[in-house]
Amino acid sequence: LSMAGRGRGRGRGQMTFNVEAVGIGKGDALPPPTLQPSPLFPALERRAAPLPGGEEGEYMLALKQELRRAMRGLPYFVKPGAPRRDIERYSDKYQLSSPVDSAIDWNPDWRRLPRELKIRVRRLRKGRTAPLVPKQHVALDKEETIKKLESLEKKEEEVTSEEEEEKEEEEEGKEEEEEEYDEEEHEEETDYVLSYFDNGESFGPDSDDNGDEAVY
Amino acid sequence: MTQAELRLCSLLLQEHFGEIVEKVGNSLLRTGPRPLRLLVGDTGLLPDQVKKALCVLIQHNLVRYEVQPRGSVEYEARSERILRILRYPRYIYTAKTLYGDPGELLVEELLLHGHLPMSCAVARVADRLTETMEDGKTMDYTEVSSTFVRLADTHFIQRCPTVPESSQSTKAPPPPAPALAIAEKDMYIVPQLSLVGKGKRRHSCNEEEEGEHKAKRQKQEGGRSETPPDDGIYWQVNLERFHQHFRDQALVSAVASRMDQTSSEVVRTMLRMSEVTTASGASHTQPLSSNEIFRSLPAGYNIGKQVLDQYLALLADDPLEFVGKSGDSGGGTYTVKVTWGPGAFWAPPRPFPHPSLILLLLHRFGSRCARIFRLLLRKKHLEQKQVEDFAMIPAKEAKDMLYRMLSENLVSLQEIPKTPDHAPSRTFYLYTVNVMAAARMLLHRCYKSVANLMERRQHEMQENKRLLDKSQRVEAILASMQATGAEAAQLHEVEEMITGPERQQLETLKRNVNKIDASENQVDETIFVLESFIESTTKRP
Repeated sequence: LSMAGRGRGRGRGQMTFNVEAVGIGKGDALPPPTLQPSPLFPALERRAAPLPGGEEGEYMLALKQELRRAMRGLPYFVKPGAPRRDIERYSDKYQLSSPVDSAIDWNPDWRRLPRELKIRVRRLRKGRTAPLVPKQHVALDKEETIKKLESLEKKEEEVTSEEEEEKEEEEEGKEEEEEEYDEEEHEEETDYVLSYFDNGESFGPDSDDNGDEAVY
Repeated sequence: MTQAELRLCSLLLQEHFGEIVEKVGNSLLRTGPRPLRLLVGDTGLLPDQVKKALCVLIQHNLVRYEVQPRGSVEYEARSERILRILRYPRYIYTAKTLYGDPGELLVEELLLHGHLPMSCAVARVADRLTETMEDGKTMDYTEVSSTFVRLADTHFIQRCPTVPESSQSTKAPPPPAPALAIAEKDMYIVPQLSLVGKGKRRHSCNEEEEGEHKAKRQKQEGGRSETPPDDGIYWQVNLERFHQHFRDQALVSAVASRMDQTSSEVVRTMLRMSEVTTASGASHTQPLSSNEIFRSLPAGYNIGKQVLDQYLALLADDPLEFVGKSGDSGGGTYTVKVTWGPGAFWAPPRPFPHPSLILLLLHRFGSRCARIFRLLLRKKHLEQKQVEDFAMIPAKEAKDMLYRMLSENLVSLQEIPKTPDHAPSRTFYLYTVNVMAAARMLLHRCYKSVANLMERRQHEMQENKRLLDKSQRVEAILASMQATGAEAAQLHEVEEMITGPERQQLETLKRNVNKIDASENQVDETIFVLESFIESTTKRP
């Protein structure tokens, strides 16, 4: 039974089914095989029907463009942080340019969001309690400190996340820890570095390195 | 999820929320639900950036979260909701037609911000309306409030699930993420607020310091210690309700074009009466007696009771089954069929606001292909020869068209063997249309089309970026010069900075971008019909 179809190449393209039934008559030329991908812009055989105009269409068009424009201006449009300048300039402190990477410039209702997403603003590394306590305690401590500090702060102050502390408690690889440390040192603009060691990283063009330097 | 959907979601996120949010959304869409750490690893972004992006996405209902049994929180992207961003203009426009400017702006604000408390929404809208009014006039909060209530009553907006009440004295640690929930019956209850006030006008002289002002105001708003009376109660747009409205509209216009204006009004009245009583997945409305319908007809329609009954009988008899007769009490009870069978697809070839989509797309292949397709829809299975005969198309052409449609999966071949050994010479080969497969294929094509349109539009803007920037600068200069009272000659000189050919270029750009935008809106209409059809067909048990 299986021998029936094994004669390849004898006669023009034998197929397993009766080609006549599908409509290819005897002697009809089959289209040549396609050897390349179809063209990127195939020729248009007929033009598309014109777009429906009218008041509704016009209004929706205007709405669409207006929406697009409006959303770019809202705080939900997350812009990447401004690239670091090569030299830190005095005027940087006073420019109202794009917000620091991690500042969140709208006030979500934190009660409705998972707690790990909350971005904290912190000035000093006071809240750094030992990592043995469960996460909630750390959070509570911070909350109180933050509430006091929040009213005094300006937007440009450094922003770090409580995630860093939580992460220490997890069995993450070392790499992640190093990453956080670097990030912290990148974003700090005050004189207080974690370990009270000012290795001059905040100044000069090196601050963008992803810390291969040891952290003390 | 298909590649086409993924690509479209990506573009929508990037255009409306920026690249960081796009990256996060992309990662979730492509690899499925994951916790925060894995997201950070995947995207290569800073943890704070990812957190911010997640906050934005959750705020807009594009991502949901779930606490896993082991305590970690997993985030999941909602692809179908992301695709709805395309439809925002249509929702806003519909709100305008139903509830005027306050309705339009309320829906717009809710869409722009994801969800808002009522007090906040009303205040914002009142401010915006005040801006557009003449000097000295302000929009009172009560009018906006009453529109808000009407939107809630007709279910166009709904309450978001709320944080569960928890007693403060509980010793158990708070969960890593709140479990939000809301009962169906509470979803549309508007809190008793007495919102008193008028819209405020933004002073135009503060334009330069606006950045600073905004920052201060935000701080103020955030730090305002008086909690609003509806604290914790947030509202969002109920997209499903809008979809139901679109379906009703399409139904009414189908009736109007197939029969006449009056019958469409009858159907519209029936639908309006059943607006909030029809469950979202139902296939028919609740039965309405003809007496009730007669009482609810709009004031302008003076048709007698018998005439109404005749119309109802006609509608019930129509083979497209818009209306069904369900009983005889109260002068006869009738229901409207609200799901979309293949009838939605295959509509009479008359000028029709929503022409059959298959026909529309078959414009690409030609009207003869359309004829063959309609034939197959009607007759279900046909042999090659029969197709040629019934469609009255010469064999060669018919063959060619059938193969093209076959290669695009619009039709398929069905084998019917005459003998048990399935020998090819003794087997029937029938062409048939698999409606669902065709619908899905077309939907996929639509997604691809919109994605292509968006990319092209962005490309056009990018190509002309330099010119656009220049034109914006000139506009800004002109505006400031006018404000300081410059002479006409000076203004003219500044205007001349943009040369004639450049103006031409800008005009062409604007025309093209408008065309592309309008096309995107148009394709979304098609997407809506196809999605509704597929959804209603797969729901049937």
